[in-house]
Amino acid sequence: MKRLLSGNEAIALGAWEAGVRFASAYPGTPSTEILEALAGYAGVRAEWASNEKVAFDAAAGAAFGGARALAAMKHVGVNVAADSLMSLSYTGIKGGLVLVSADDPGCFSSQNEQDNRQYARFGKFPCLEPSDSEEARQFTRLAFELSERFNCPVMLRSTTRLSHSKSAVEVEMPNAPRAFEPLPPFERHPDQYVIIPAIARVRHPIVEQRLLDIAAWGETAPVNRIEWGDRSIGVITCGMAYQYVREILAGYSFLKIGLVHPLPKELIRQFAAQVETLLIAEELDPFIEEQVRAMGINCIGKEVFPLVGEFTLARVRQAVRAAGLPAAELPPAPKTEPLAVPPRPPALCPGCPHRAFFYNLRRWRRQMVFSGDIGCYSMGVLPPFDAMDMLISMGASIGMAHGLKQAGAQEKVIAIIGDSTFFHAGLSPLANAAYNNGCFITAILDNRITAMTGGQHHPGTGITLQGREGQPIDITPLVRVMGIEHVREVDAWDVKAINDALKEAMEVQAPAVLVVKGACVFTPHFQRRPVVAVDPDTCTACGTCFRVGCPAILKSDETHPKTGKHKAIIDPLLCTGCTVCLQVCPVKAIYQTGGEEN
Amino acid sequence: MSERINFLFVGVGGQGVLTASDIAAQVGLDLGLDAKKSEVHGFAQRGGVVESHVRWAPSVGSPTGELGTIDVLVAFELLEAARWIDWLRPGGTVVINEQKIVPMSVSVGDAVYPDRAAILSAVKARAGRVVTLDGLALAERAGNIRAVNTVILGALSALLDTPPEVWEEAIVRRVPPRYADVNRAAFRLGRDAAAS
Repeated sequence: MKRLLSGNEAIALGAWEAGVRFASAYPGTPSTEILEALAGYAGVRAEWASNEKVAFDAAAGAAFGGARALAAMKHVGVNVAADSLMSLSYTGIKGGLVLVSADDPGCFSSQNEQDNRQYARFGKFPCLEPSDSEEARQFTRLAFELSERFNCPVMLRSTTRLSHSKSAVEVEMPNAPRAFEPLPPFERHPDQYVIIPAIARVRHPIVEQRLLDIAAWGETAPVNRIEWGDRSIGVITCGMAYQYVREILAGYSFLKIGLVHPLPKELIRQFAAQVETLLIAEELDPFIEEQVRAMGINCIGKEVFPLVGEFTLARVRQAVRAAGLPAAELPPAPKTEPLAVPPRPPALCPGCPHRAFFYNLRRWRRQMVFSGDIGCYSMGVLPPFDAMDMLISMGASIGMAHGLKQAGAQEKVIAIIGDSTFFHAGLSPLANAAYNNGCFITAILDNRITAMTGGQHHPGTGITLQGREGQPIDITPLVRVMGIEHVREVDAWDVKAINDALKEAMEVQAPAVLVVKGACVFTPHFQRRPVVAVDPDTCTACGTCFRVGCPAILKSDETHPKTGKHKAIIDPLLCTGCTVCLQVCPVKAIYQTGGEEN
Repeated sequence: MSERINFLFVGVGGQGVLTASDIAAQVGLDLGLDAKKSEVHGFAQRGGVVESHVRWAPSVGSPTGELGTIDVLVAFELLEAARWIDWLRPGGTVVINEQKIVPMSVSVGDAVYPDRAAILSAVKARAGRVVTLDGLALAERAGNIRAVNTVILGALSALLDTPPEVWEEAIVRRVPPRYADVNRAAFRLGRDAAAS
């Protein structure tokens, strides 16, 4: 039966069909749904890990024990896991180990668009790249087989477009619960799994030979295939690029590469020799192209195809034309009479527990430098808050704040980090700050969820991927035990209390921590209260409430007779009754209605 | 019915755009065609724009359509119809749910929400056929305002030469069983609204 599955759902299905026993991930767009889908297969032990390295290490341990294991992460998550990944390439494994890397060409939800095929080359292990959901399923199964056959981790590379597109998948097996027997007794191979220098030196040549063996396998494997057509143009392509180019150059010849590392060089030579003009169509880096050129083969690649951003039909069409090759012309579509369409930038939700904090933070702009981190609160950089000065990677807020202050910054420095990000990579830099007496503030915005990726649990909530309640780790005592004396908890919706806490922390000549507590509006812990409203007779149109950046606060048609400025009104359908606007109104024009909570 | 149709569903996070486009893609498969669906929803949950492409053809390559080639633009919100109109093939079809969701840029006074007449005239300048409907009111009549996306699918089905049963079945398979009747009613109200 054919069903529409997203790339991520298909990867989960393929892993289940392959008999995956253990899977772990830290949520990250566009990879998040892989583990969420795997959690639906009874019998598979699927978990949220506190970060990507932990996820990968756990999968490695399972694979050493002989289990098939999978770790999934977004492309930048592989940077976190890379330390272990590089070693694991040397050690090899017993059970199949698959690392899913979901890359993000176009930076839809990421800080960069790194091309993780480079990791496969760097770490000398194979990388498979599917082009649709059916291939995602099949290649995932194949990845487990290759991992065991060649004794190495295998990367399955997806992209945002593949992970989040749906296409038809042949679903054969019923989703019956699977009972796993306990693993056989652990087979000790310290000469392989304990990668001390003496063993690493022995393993390295094995790794090099392995790469040659995999390349030889790839020469005839169906995962790399030639589709012959008109031979005046031949295209070597992989991944999503294949889908665009097969439409734009329908009827010509294609070498579709499924095993993108190591490349099938003989197959490439044969294909190149039989076509007149050779194109190489791949998103992001000239990964295949550089290797083909190094083989002394002439081709057209990144001189016409975009090096940055996601491919689209239009961009591929333009590239093919730029190469002087025929691409179906589109009739020039007339532009519609321009209409000023207002943008719809993302904003903190009505009721968001980050709002009062950032409203306060903005008022400290002259005295403070804001060291930011990754999560919904990254939106603190946007108007009306403009309260984020640096942001580079998960957990970096605390280390950056520490270094800036230690180097002699005159301003107070504040690190701003969410609860999930704190458990991901915030504990270790905070220990460093306590150890080196870093005189800065760390604000931990504890909204009790991994909000940005759609509400996943983490060690601070204690709830597992399957929804089982366990022991949540409380942040305040955890910070205290590091020896940090100034630790204050503050209510996320109490504007004055947050400001007082910031004022107090400004004076502390030691590490100071504020735990700003308030549940995300998408969690069951969030409490809606009666909506608030504006009394138009009291409102002076001063605009203060607009600076809390709430989507529920709208400009009224009514203006102030003297200033001509718009008064405020509140959309009762959007308001959650959080009262942040009520607290900041200087003339008390906003009041809580007695009405039903929203 | 044409064997190749490119749809673009657009709206605002939380409106059910993604569910509706899932169903439209499934209908393509159920009609014996190949179908793909692709969405962009990075910050959608935070009130951002949601776009979702659906393509039907005997064999679909790219999961996304191309600027200026969309056959059917389905806008769940009035302003979004204007934002995406250049994606429509000249002479194409537009379905508009006449709901207004005011963006933050407008509520803080940095921009103005264009008036309805201006939006519709921009859309009509390019489209061959435009159907507008009050999805919220029809969904309320069907018994649940959250069935707006089903109302819109009903309207869409009336504009394509496709059997309505295929749509209804795909919808009912997708929604929780207790909402099946509300969604059937919503589908038919949307279909009637577009046919009239």
